[in-house]
Amino acid sequence: MFDLIKINMKNEINEAYEAGEEYFESTKRKAVVPGEVILTGEDFLPGEGTRREGENVVASRFGLSEQIGRVVKVIPIFGAFIPRRNNVIIGRVADITFRGWLVNIDSAGSAFMPIEEAPRFINRNEMDQYLKIGDVISAKIWSVSSRGIDLTLKGKGLGKLEGGFIFRVIPSRVPRVIGREGSMINLIKEKTGCNITVGQNGWIWIKGESLDSEIKARRAIEFVSEKVFIDGLTEKMEEWFEKN
Amino acid sequence: MTFKRIDGRKAEELRPMVAKVGVIPNADGSAMFAFGKTVAIAAVYGPRQLHPQHLQNPATGILRCTYDLLSFSVSERKKPGPSRRSHEISKVTEWALLPLLNLQEFPNTVVDVQIYILQADAGTRTAGINAASLALAHAGIPMKDLICSVAVGKLDKELIVDLNKEEEDFEEGEGATDFAVAKMAGSDEFTLLQLDGKIQPEVVKKVMRLATEACKKIYDVQKKALKEVIEK
Repeated sequence: MFDLIKINMKNEINEAYEAGEEYFESTKRKAVVPGEVILTGEDFLPGEGTRREGENVVASRFGLSEQIGRVVKVIPIFGAFIPRRNNVIIGRVADITFRGWLVNIDSAGSAFMPIEEAPRFINRNEMDQYLKIGDVISAKIWSVSSRGIDLTLKGKGLGKLEGGFIFRVIPSRVPRVIGREGSMINLIKEKTGCNITVGQNGWIWIKGESLDSEIKARRAIEFVSEKVFIDGLTEKMEEWFEKN
Repeated sequence: MTFKRIDGRKAEELRPMVAKVGVIPNADGSAMFAFGKTVAIAAVYGPRQLHPQHLQNPATGILRCTYDLLSFSVSERKKPGPSRRSHEISKVTEWALLPLLNLQEFPNTVVDVQIYILQADAGTRTAGINAASLALAHAGIPMKDLICSVAVGKLDKELIVDLNKEEEDFEEGEGATDFAVAKMAGSDEFTLLQLDGKIQPEVVKKVMRLATEACKKIYDVQKKALKEVIEK
């Protein structure tokens, strides 16, 4: 019986999700300020960044409201990075301690990369030969606790980033920069021929064959991160590449 | 009954307001708010790690406000650095803003709000609170509501909204009265009530009504400024 309910629920969620995808295309996003009533009615469910107050669904933060099926949520577009488990971030080694490396990831609380989380065995005496202070790494957040943030380098595509340069965009814009299933970032990679790694904390690393292509990639990413309110951004981006 | 004020305003009329969001590129959130000649800017940093460590609270994030007049903001140069007055206003601003924030999501961190007055012509704390409310929203911090703040005063027996410096210094009749109020935009919750001078208890209700009306106008300006950054 319980299993049956579970299966039903799963189907319902899938249906809602699929329907949501279609809605997603048609609902117009709109700017909301904290305390503003987004929708009125018992039919809607408050999602991320919203709350219910009697009949109304009210925004709890500043951003763009969006309706997917029955769920209403607010997409943040400004603000500092809030670390979550499994985020891939880019950080800079700030210090070497007895047990690992302290990494600055541009968020509340610095992150720690224990020596055991390096992909190969590293001798305690030779830690600076693997990662020096000032080195840039791409790492995954392995845990977030009240003590701090722990990182790992074990995983595909993680490790030290050599050469190239890093710069920063507003962390809430990262999903836009990446695009749906990486469409945006792949387009930029393809058009400029650069290697690009985007950290969830808003730091972006670029390395290309020439400085010109690197700068072009950076301009493209900055263009995307500034244009928050436009739909069909990938097409706009293609136009942009033709002009530049 | 109808009379005109020194700058030609009606009793319940506010000075022209200007609000702008995103004025400080280095901050996580920032805003400017002006009441006529009074101009305040606010910057929000964080949530970020709190030092010294003993101030950290593992249950919730904390809010830290700094208010100050810049030395060129007043006609007589103000000596830079904190004073008794700026400490007091920092603290009341903090208390005015705290009820609308939800910082439980960010334990051990601090949200820094820095308010600076570029030009002072009375009503600096209220302009500062209005700017801080915008800057906090801009920084993407979870908030219950926006907050609006205005001062109500008295010219002898007449109640007036949003005093300027000349009106604040008007000593004739019943003496100078300055009643600073901060209110949540969507509800009737007041988070700041500061009275400087004398007022009859039965008049206070009228003050609140006038402030509520004025806050509605301020809220419209704030809302417009916030939406402009997205829809530009």
